[in-house]
Amino acid sequence: MKISKSPWLLHYDASSCNGCDIEVLASTTPRFDVERFGIINTGNPKHADIMVVTGGVNDQTKHVVKQLYSQMPEPKVVIAAGICACDGGIFKDCYNMSGGVDTVIPVDVYVPGCAVRPEALIDGVVKALAILDQKRDAMKNHATCEVHYDNAGKGES
Amino acid sequence: MNYMILIPIAIYIIFTPIVGFFLEGYDRVVSSRLQRRQGPPFLQPVYDLIKLFEKQAIVVNNLETALVLGFTIFTIFSGCIFFAGGDILLVFFAFSLADMFLVLAASSANSPYSSLGSQREFVQMMAYEPMTLLTAIGFYMVCGSFNVSDIINQDVPAIIRTPGVFLGYCFILIIKLRKSPFDLSTSHHAHQEMVKGLTQDIAGNVLGILELGEIYEEVFLMAIVALFFVTKNPMSYVVGIVAALVVFFIMIVIDNVFPRVKWSNMLWITWGVTLSLAGSNFLILTMLKMAGI
Repeated sequence: MKISKSPWLLHYDASSCNGCDIEVLASTTPRFDVERFGIINTGNPKHADIMVVTGGVNDQTKHVVKQLYSQMPEPKVVIAAGICACDGGIFKDCYNMSGGVDTVIPVDVYVPGCAVRPEALIDGVVKALAILDQKRDAMKNHATCEVHYDNAGKGES
Repeated sequence: MNYMILIPIAIYIIFTPIVGFFLEGYDRVVSSRLQRRQGPPFLQPVYDLIKLFEKQAIVVNNLETALVLGFTIFTIFSGCIFFAGGDILLVFFAFSLADMFLVLAASSANSPYSSLGSQREFVQMMAYEPMTLLTAIGFYMVCGSFNVSDIINQDVPAIIRTPGVFLGYCFILIIKLRKSPFDLSTSHHAHQEMVKGLTQDIAGNVLGILELGEIYEEVFLMAIVALFFVTKNPMSYVVGIVAALVVFFIMIVIDNVFPRVKWSNMLWITWGVTLSLAGSNFLILTMLKMAGI
């Protein structure tokens, strides 16, 4: 069974103007209903598989973004939602901005827009699910490789 | 030793996840239909559980894993006593112990949300424990025995003489099934200001073990609803199952009204309901007994 059938989502507002945040929440409402893909908006990084960050990262929030990312169990994917999260947007050159989310943590899917449309966000999430499956498979293969390597080592000695 | 009691225990352990997943899937689908949306597939709870077992386990301390395991084992254990026809008092005590393991697991983590969740779970236990004990006493008053095997061998269903106890038990089911407005310690949805309290620091396969325990818990709680309707007549089992499904549907409707209360209100409302419904039920039963009816 694929892990992408049950992705739980963590939403963090890095420095967004709340435009994208409202659209992220809109995609969980009955009109767009992301729960039909099994997506639940969980408020807890330890339960989450997908991290959705809105807004560019500034000096105050970069530690929080890093910490939330490190608290999420593998496999995990990060979606940068909105143009500010993708590369900083109109705040790019501000003195306190690091820039997009990818200046702090690795980003898997970029969803541009100001504000990001729920349709685009759902499309991005579906793309992220494919990456989540790839990562899970990579994790499994990696684990089996390690086992083989260990067995081989024992055999030789 | 009578080995025949192992058969219902084996059936319970093997088939409960299937029934539990059915109930959970029914809950998710009916909830989304009530909110006029498509909702997840019916097998979504199964996908969720399998995913949790595939995730990396982030364990904050080894004690927590052991305590969560204790919760699941004692939940299954209390269900086993129940389905083997054992003492219903012992069933409820083992069940309280299971919940106590969960509180300890949450309070063993350092997260403030986790400790807040464990404190609220304690308040919830305070709220529902009197009613669970009174349910057992209610069965004793009408059946003359605490043994489930005797309770199901009556001529008339227990609910005829204990409607108040039944309603009181249904009321605390809202707390036990973690439905709004009494999902204070941890919630399946973002209904409360604290979404994940008790389960904050429980992740990956440990959360999977916890969810499995909750599935066993759900089926066991629904079986007690059915116990109110079961008699010698085999057809009464069908009535019991239908009654349990109706009660479960009412729980889903209550959940989707999205009410919210503070913990103190929950405590007083639950105790008030316990005292008025179960108390008046016992008063009438005692008066009938004194009148010799």
